[in-house]
Amino acid sequence: MSGTFVGMPAFPEAAHDALADPTLRGNLRHATRTIRAKRARAVAELPDWARLRAAGRRIKDHTLRHLDRYLEQLEEAVTAAGGTVHWAADADEANRIVTGLVRATGESEVVKVKSMATQEIGLNEALEAAGIRAYETDLAELIVQLGGDRPSHILVPAIHRNRGEIREIFAREMGDWGRPAPAGLTDTPADLAEAARLHLREKFLRAKVGISGANFMVAETGTLVVVESEGNGRMCLTLPETLISVVGIEKIVPTWRDLEVFLQTLPRSSTAERMNPYTSTWTGTTDEDGPAAFHLVLLDNGRTDTLADEIGRQALRCIRCSACLNVCPVYERAGGHAYGSVYPGPIGAILSPQLRGTGSEIDASLPYASSLCGACYEVCPVAIDIPEVLVHLRERVVQGGPAVREGNRVVLKPAKRHAAERAAMRAARWALTHPAALRGGQRLASRTRRLHPRTLPGPGRAWSATRDLPPVPAEPFRDWWQRTNGGRDDGK
Amino acid sequence: MRVALFLTCVNDTLYPDTGRAVVRLLNRLGVEVDFPVDQTCCGQAHYNTGYRHGAEPLARHFAEVFEGYEAIVTPSGSCGAMVRELYPRMGERARAEGRGDTLARTLAPVVPRTYELTEFLVDVLGVTDVGASYPHRVTYHPTCHGLRGLGLGDRPRRLLEAVRGLELVELPGAEECCGFGGTFAVKNADVSAAMGADKVRNAESTGAEVLCAADNSCLMHIGGTMSRLRVGMRPVHIAEILASTEEVPAV
Repeated sequence: MSGTFVGMPAFPEAAHDALADPTLRGNLRHATRTIRAKRARAVAELPDWARLRAAGRRIKDHTLRHLDRYLEQLEEAVTAAGGTVHWAADADEANRIVTGLVRATGESEVVKVKSMATQEIGLNEALEAAGIRAYETDLAELIVQLGGDRPSHILVPAIHRNRGEIREIFAREMGDWGRPAPAGLTDTPADLAEAARLHLREKFLRAKVGISGANFMVAETGTLVVVESEGNGRMCLTLPETLISVVGIEKIVPTWRDLEVFLQTLPRSSTAERMNPYTSTWTGTTDEDGPAAFHLVLLDNGRTDTLADEIGRQALRCIRCSACLNVCPVYERAGGHAYGSVYPGPIGAILSPQLRGTGSEIDASLPYASSLCGACYEVCPVAIDIPEVLVHLRERVVQGGPAVREGNRVVLKPAKRHAAERAAMRAARWALTHPAALRGGQRLASRTRRLHPRTLPGPGRAWSATRDLPPVPAEPFRDWWQRTNGGRDDGK
Repeated sequence: MRVALFLTCVNDTLYPDTGRAVVRLLNRLGVEVDFPVDQTCCGQAHYNTGYRHGAEPLARHFAEVFEGYEAIVTPSGSCGAMVRELYPRMGERARAEGRGDTLARTLAPVVPRTYELTEFLVDVLGVTDVGASYPHRVTYHPTCHGLRGLGLGDRPRRLLEAVRGLELVELPGAEECCGFGGTFAVKNADVSAAMGADKVRNAESTGAEVLCAADNSCLMHIGGTMSRLRVGMRPVHIAEILASTEEVPAV
C-alpha cells in the first residue's frame, strides 16, 4: 500500500504517542462524539434500516461471488461508452498506468477528487517522482496535503486538526501551492472555506487532467458514481479534458437499482445526512460535454487474495462510510495515524492485514487493535462482522495457516514474537482441561496470597502500571462449595 | 427446577463472593443449584486471542461437564456469549476444515441451555422483583458482550429498578466499552487504560457509591482503575446486589 506508511511501528507504540497528545485526543473525542450522535438520529429515522442493511449485505455478497462476471460486463460497457479500461494487479502497476496516461497528455499538473484507492497506492508520490504535481481538492485532503500530513480518517481525513491549526496551515502554505490565503484569515469555518474555495477555483479552471476514485461502479451501464458534500468532486469530474478514475475492483454493483440501497445507507452512516449534497455519475465520454478522454484503472492490490478467504472476504463489502471509526473507542483514543494505513479504525484493522499481508510489524499488530466490544459491527451498514474477522486474523498471526498471497496458495508461518504467548496458552489449556490441576493452582494462589507482589512481572506489568490487582480470596469458590456442601452447611 | 451454575474460571478463582451470591439468590427463588466441580473455563481467552484450536478442548470439556442439565446459569455476559454465540461457530469452522460434525454435535446441546444470570431470572423464571434490598446509589455499566453479544437489553436494569432502596442513576456513555477486552488490556495497555479512566470518570460524575455490572472481568479492570485513581466508588457484581436482602445485606 502507500509508501507514506512504510516502516510504521506496531499499533501499541503508535497509539502511545497519540495518547500523549492532549490536543489530538480532544479533537478526536469532540468530532467522533458529535458525528456518532448525529448518525444514530439519522439512522433511527428509517423504519426499514435493518432491511436496508441486510439488502446491502446481500447485494455485496452476491456481487463478490460473481465478481469476475460483473467486472467483464463493466469493461464491455465502459468500452462501448467510449472509455478505456486498464487492469492493475498491484500499486506499482496502477501508478505506472496513471503516470503514463498523464504524461501522454503532456501535462505536469492534475487535480484530484478525494480517493482512497489513489492514497492506498501512493499515487501522489509516484506522480511527484515523475515530475507531475497532484492537487488535492477535497477540503480535508487539502488541509492534509498543505500540512505535509497524512489522512487519519476515511471520511474526514483532517479530523485530527482543529480550526486554529487549519488557519495556521492555510496562512503558511497556500502561497507555495498557488493562490495564497487572504490576509487576516480568521479561524471561522466560513472564512476557512472561502480561502480554500478561492485557492482551488484557480486549479479547477486551469487543470487539463482530473483524477478520481469512485464510490460505486454499475456493471450494466459502465457508470461510475461519486457521492460527496462539497462539489469539488463534480468540478474535477467535468472540467478537465482527461479523466482518470482509479477504483478498487470490489466497488462494483450489478445494476442501477442496487444503488437505491447504498444511496440511502451511505450518507446516513457517514455524514448523518439523509442524502449527500452531490451525487455525480459518469459513463464513458460524451461529445462536447465533460472530459473528451476517460480511463478507468481497475485496482486489485490484494483484493482477490482477500476474496479467497471465506471469513475475511466480508471486509470487501465495505462502502467506506467510516461509521465504525466514529463509534470505535480504540480509534477515538489512538487516532487514525496509529493504524499505519489510509484505512484506519476497525475496518482498517481487518482490511490492511488482508490487502498487505501480516508480514510487517504494524500489520501483525492491527488485529489486536480492538477490545472486541462489537460497536463497529452494530453500526456497519453492510453488516461486516468486524470482531469475527479480527479474531480470524489473530489466528493467522499466532498460528499461521493457509492463505492466498498474490494469487498463490501459501501456508503462513506463525509470527515469531508470539512464541512465549503460544507456550503460555498451551499450558493454560492443559491446566483448564485438568480440573485437579486448576484447583491445585487456585489453592496455591490462595495460600500465598499475602506474598503476591503489587506489580506483575513480564507482560502483566502493563496491567499493574495503571490498575490495582484484586486481592486473591482466602478460598476459591469450589473449595467453599465442597466445604459447605453447596452452602447448606454454611454457618452464615 | 435444578440448574447448573457455570461460575467461570475468573469468578471461581478471584470472585467467589459472586458465586455465593448466585447460589443464595437462586435458592431463595426456589431453584436448586448444582456446581459441577469439574468445570474450568469456557475457552474464551484462547479463542479471542487467536488460539481457536486451543479453545476446542476447553469447549468439549465444558459440554461434557454440563451435559444433562436443564439449564446452565452463568453470572457473566462474556462467558455466556462465548457459549451461545461462538460455540456454534467453532463447530461450523471444524466442519469447514474437513473435521466432520463431531465438535458441532458435542457442543450443540449446551448452547441453547446456557443463560446469563439476568436473562435466566427474567426469561426463564419470569421474575423482575427478586425480593432484594440494597439501599445505595448505583450506576449500571452494560458490558459489551452482554449488551451486544447476548442482547440482554433492559433486563438488568429492570431487575435493579425493582430492588428496594436502590437508587439507579444513569451512567454517561454507558454503552461504551470499559477497555478491558481480555488480552487487549495487556496487548494495548495504554489505550485500555485510557478507556478505563474515561469510564471511571463518567461513573464518578454520577455521584453513585457503586458501579454495577454483570461481568467480573470488566469490574476487575474498572475497579482496579478506580482504586489506582483513588475514586471513592466500589465495583459490585449485579448478583451480589440481587442476593442482598434486609436480613442478609451484601457486605
